[in-house]
Amino acid sequence: MYQIIVLLPLAGFLIAGLAGKAIGAKASEYTTSSFLVIAAVLSWIGFLSFGWGEGETIRVQMLQWMQSGGLDVSWSLRIDRLTLIMLVVVNTVSALVHIYSIGYMHHDPHRPRFFAYLSLFTFAMLMLVTSNNLVQMFFGWEGVGLASYLLIGFWYKKPSANAAAMKAFVVNRVGDFGFILGIFGVFVLFGSVNLDTIFAGAADIAATMGAEGGEAAAEAAGHGTAAMGDVVLNFAGYALTMGGALTAVCLLMFVGAMGKSAQIGLHTWLPDAMEGPTPVSALIHAATMVTAGVFMVARMSPVFELSHTALTFITFIGATTAFFAATIGLVQNDIKRVIAYSTCSQLGYMFVALGVGAYSVAIFHLFTHAFFKALLFLGAGSVIHSVSDEQDMRRMGGLRKHIPITYWTMVIGTLALTGFPFTAGYFSKDAIIEAAFVGHNAFATYGWGMTVIAALLTSFYSWRLIFMTFHGKPRASADVMHHVHESPMVMLVPLFVLSAGALLAGILFEHSFVGEGYEHFWHAALFTGAENHVLHDMHEVAFGIAILPTVMMALGFVVAYWMYVKDKAAPKRLAETHRGLYRFFLNKWYFDELYNVLFVRPAMAVGRTLWKTGDGRIIDGLGPDGVSARVVDVTNRVVRLQTGYLYHYAFAMLIGVAALVTWMMLGGAN
Amino acid sequence: MTDWPILSTITFLPLVGALLILFIQDDNELARKNIRNVALLTTVFTFVISLWIWADFDQEATGFQFVEQAEWLGTGITYHMGVDGISMLFVILTTFLMPICILASFESVTNRVKEYMIAFLVLETLVIGVFCALDLILFYIFFEGGLIPMFLIIGVWGGKRRIYASYKFFLYTFLGSVLMLVAMMAMYWNAGTTSIPELLAHDFPASMQPWLWVAFFASFAVKMPMWPVHTWLPDAHVEAPTAGSVILAGILLKLGGYGFLRFSLPMFPIASFDFAPFVFTLSVVAIIYTSLVALMQEDIKKLIAYSSVAHMGFVTMGIFAANEQGVQGAIFQMLSHGLVSGALFLCVGVVYDRMHTREIAAYGGLVNRMPKYAVAMLIFTMANVGLPGTSGFVGEFLTMMGVFRVNSWVAIFAATGVILSAAYALWLYRRVIFGALEKESLRSILDLNRREKILLYPLIVLTIFFGVYPMPVFDVTAASVDALLNTYSAGLEQAASVAGLH
Repeated sequence: MYQIIVLLPLAGFLIAGLAGKAIGAKASEYTTSSFLVIAAVLSWIGFLSFGWGEGETIRVQMLQWMQSGGLDVSWSLRIDRLTLIMLVVVNTVSALVHIYSIGYMHHDPHRPRFFAYLSLFTFAMLMLVTSNNLVQMFFGWEGVGLASYLLIGFWYKKPSANAAAMKAFVVNRVGDFGFILGIFGVFVLFGSVNLDTIFAGAADIAATMGAEGGEAAAEAAGHGTAAMGDVVLNFAGYALTMGGALTAVCLLMFVGAMGKSAQIGLHTWLPDAMEGPTPVSALIHAATMVTAGVFMVARMSPVFELSHTALTFITFIGATTAFFAATIGLVQNDIKRVIAYSTCSQLGYMFVALGVGAYSVAIFHLFTHAFFKALLFLGAGSVIHSVSDEQDMRRMGGLRKHIPITYWTMVIGTLALTGFPFTAGYFSKDAIIEAAFVGHNAFATYGWGMTVIAALLTSFYSWRLIFMTFHGKPRASADVMHHVHESPMVMLVPLFVLSAGALLAGILFEHSFVGEGYEHFWHAALFTGAENHVLHDMHEVAFGIAILPTVMMALGFVVAYWMYVKDKAAPKRLAETHRGLYRFFLNKWYFDELYNVLFVRPAMAVGRTLWKTGDGRIIDGLGPDGVSARVVDVTNRVVRLQTGYLYHYAFAMLIGVAALVTWMMLGGAN
Repeated sequence: MTDWPILSTITFLPLVGALLILFIQDDNELARKNIRNVALLTTVFTFVISLWIWADFDQEATGFQFVEQAEWLGTGITYHMGVDGISMLFVILTTFLMPICILASFESVTNRVKEYMIAFLVLETLVIGVFCALDLILFYIFFEGGLIPMFLIIGVWGGKRRIYASYKFFLYTFLGSVLMLVAMMAMYWNAGTTSIPELLAHDFPASMQPWLWVAFFASFAVKMPMWPVHTWLPDAHVEAPTAGSVILAGILLKLGGYGFLRFSLPMFPIASFDFAPFVFTLSVVAIIYTSLVALMQEDIKKLIAYSSVAHMGFVTMGIFAANEQGVQGAIFQMLSHGLVSGALFLCVGVVYDRMHTREIAAYGGLVNRMPKYAVAMLIFTMANVGLPGTSGFVGEFLTMMGVFRVNSWVAIFAATGVILSAAYALWLYRRVIFGALEKESLRSILDLNRREKILLYPLIVLTIFFGVYPMPVFDVTAASVDALLNTYSAGLEQAASVAGLH
């Protein structure tokens, strides 16, 4: 069954990709969509039927991939609770996005290609989440990158779309750079890239470390046992013992996660990726691909749990991103970019949870976020569809009456995102904030502070989006307003399904993911160390702390309501008085400009110099060209000797004879 | 069938074809058609026969197989042929790429067709000979002989600056080879034999090894080409006709890597070990330097040529990592690069035949008129970038893993090449394929024709097949690579124990 789930999208991709022209757009759409619906239904069956209580991890071997020396990699599936959650998320959202796209893309002449790419993406994502070894995970990791590249650049006539697609791929490659080095490190440490071997090795290390009183003892070289004190990895000039080596490996893999999940520093591609069609944003840049980093850290939790340093760093990055992306979201005017920064910020939340060791909480938020964020994107797509492809919120407004269904579904999404009581976000986001509050690492409190502030900002920008888009007077031209229409049923049904998820996912699953049913639900899919009590502690925080995110949410709503419904001049005034800050946020903290100066232009300049000067002047100049030029010089001079005048030759002979005689008289004699 | 001299057959079969062509008068269209067909048939036939070697190859055996030996030149120097797991696949690669080259030249070469086809067939004989030769002198003759047809192909059928490029190519490669010849004589005086299997078992004195190593290195480094002796390659590629580029990138560049594996590593283990940091340095410099240079190229072919240098950096790095992953990765990377870069040059040839320019700026928006071409180009670009699932990934991944175990700095720098390769390859793709079709000259450009499909589609299939299931290659190479590494480490251990005695 699991092979079918994974391979159905591949079949869809091949059919639509190879035979799309022959069978036509309609057939391609229905084939790929129905395949995905089947895969989604099967995933839910798997998810619900997987043993509650005694579910063993299922491993499915498919094909040998690589074998070289000690390296043994195969195409295989690993099915446990974590995989099943991801299967459900990926296939459900993907199926809904496929169906929605039938309506959204129906004017586009290249529909078979679009659906082929969507299915290709889904296949790669499934390979990523079901992988039983790191290399196959990397295959999926880069595969989703390729699909993302193709989908962002789907409208290839738009130069901005092409630029964004390339940027996404290259920035992700920076992350992959870390990930692949991390894989090598894991191979050196554990002698394998297969998850079972790695987890077994990690468990041994954990046991040894526990016996020695934790990481601190292990790192103090010489005091520990031989196994702990030995140098196990030489990395970048440092001879690392087991503790240090694990930290290095975890940090490297986390760099990969940062790239894929758009964390601060490697986030620049995500907002630009909004150049792609909106269903793509919902599928790839909200619900699935960008959460791959979170998934990866959770999947590798047995290893990450051994390195407190790495976890602390993850907390720091996550918290910073949550705050930083939210500040940018405050002032953006493109409806999709607001949601994109919101995604970035929510991913930061997930990393905070991972960093404090609350892996299940992070996955819970990943799960709920997939529903409400896909809902918001698809809702935004419905808005854009209705106002003749306008994306600037300054030219929207007053759409509530014209597209009521879209309006209400987006309100539901916003409620869930901001954490309105008993919606999905309320359970998962508040759980993260509580986990950060009780977390033990050095940046846990920082993480808590940042996520609380970000909760306020999230509420503000989300309601700002709703008010600017749907309330007030229409700011679009009369012509556009005349054409405003509600989307067809094929687009609205996915919105209904996701709305149901956004409302109910939290209340239905909280018990299993993070509550009392935890052990029963997860089995061994996630690993938490012996001294990790975050999940237990977080249920016992004081009422004042627990209520804080909700207060922040209400506050954000009130401020947004005041600024965008009551006193409409307020935003402008505020921007005038805090001009510097406003521009700083509007220009996204100037990351793009900074990178342009730091990396892009120097790389080009260096490339040109190396080419023209390095290859041209130095290597060729001193090498072949130089040598041949010297040869020509020399022969030119030699040629000048051959004047053709007899007396020149006679003179040369005379000098020669004189020299010879002198030499014989002076030197040759003795 | 076992006593049939199959290696000699496939080596000299192309020469027979060349002889046949020699007797055809090249004076009318029909004759030219015949010449093309004879060349194509010969190479296809050779390829089909060569598959027999793969089918009949004993994967468990570590030694040479299909061995032939005959008296040849006076004392000791024999005509000695054979293949092992390292060389066998290169023979197949050669015989596979040759028909593609011939077919690729069907329409683009109209001038001196007869000589052109003869040059290619002779080249095939010589290259197969290099991979099969088990005698130093025989090896040297094949190795150097290959220069001549290639020199002619660039110099006669090349572009505007073909004379400059062909001389540069010749001078560079010849200079390296002279040193190699000297080293071969020294080896003969020391070991008293020119037989490669015997030399593999011979222990060269530690004091002699560095000199021999350097002499061989000079020759192979130029062929690879390694930085900083790589500048002949971009010029040669740019000026060579399409098929010339395919053969150059696909096969001739592999002679250097093959040489390292056949001579440097097993025969001079101590020197190889001592010089490994030096090779690593040159390799990572090559990877980063040429990737940056590739970023700024304005000529499509030159860009791909520079990216070839970067990819060969992975090969040298993997070879001198001297562990299973490194060496197998290097072999795989060479085979994969043979397919992928060959295919990329064919792709360039497709548009060059239509527009007669290789300027990147002259293109843009080709996807609008040439969707099939765009797909093919995308797949090869992604393979060039090393996307998992294509053959390009396997080699890069294994070589980096191999070298990581030896020296993590090298792996770190090499991995930055992965980022840069994405940058230059995708930027090229964006400028040539994507965008709106605005240039007037491209308005009527046509998509792939039947002949071009026949050329490119098999390469697409193989690129993806070996990316998903590279095991056929690993199965064949594993035993020989293990034997090679055993020889290598035995040599090192012996040196260590000798040093311990003193």
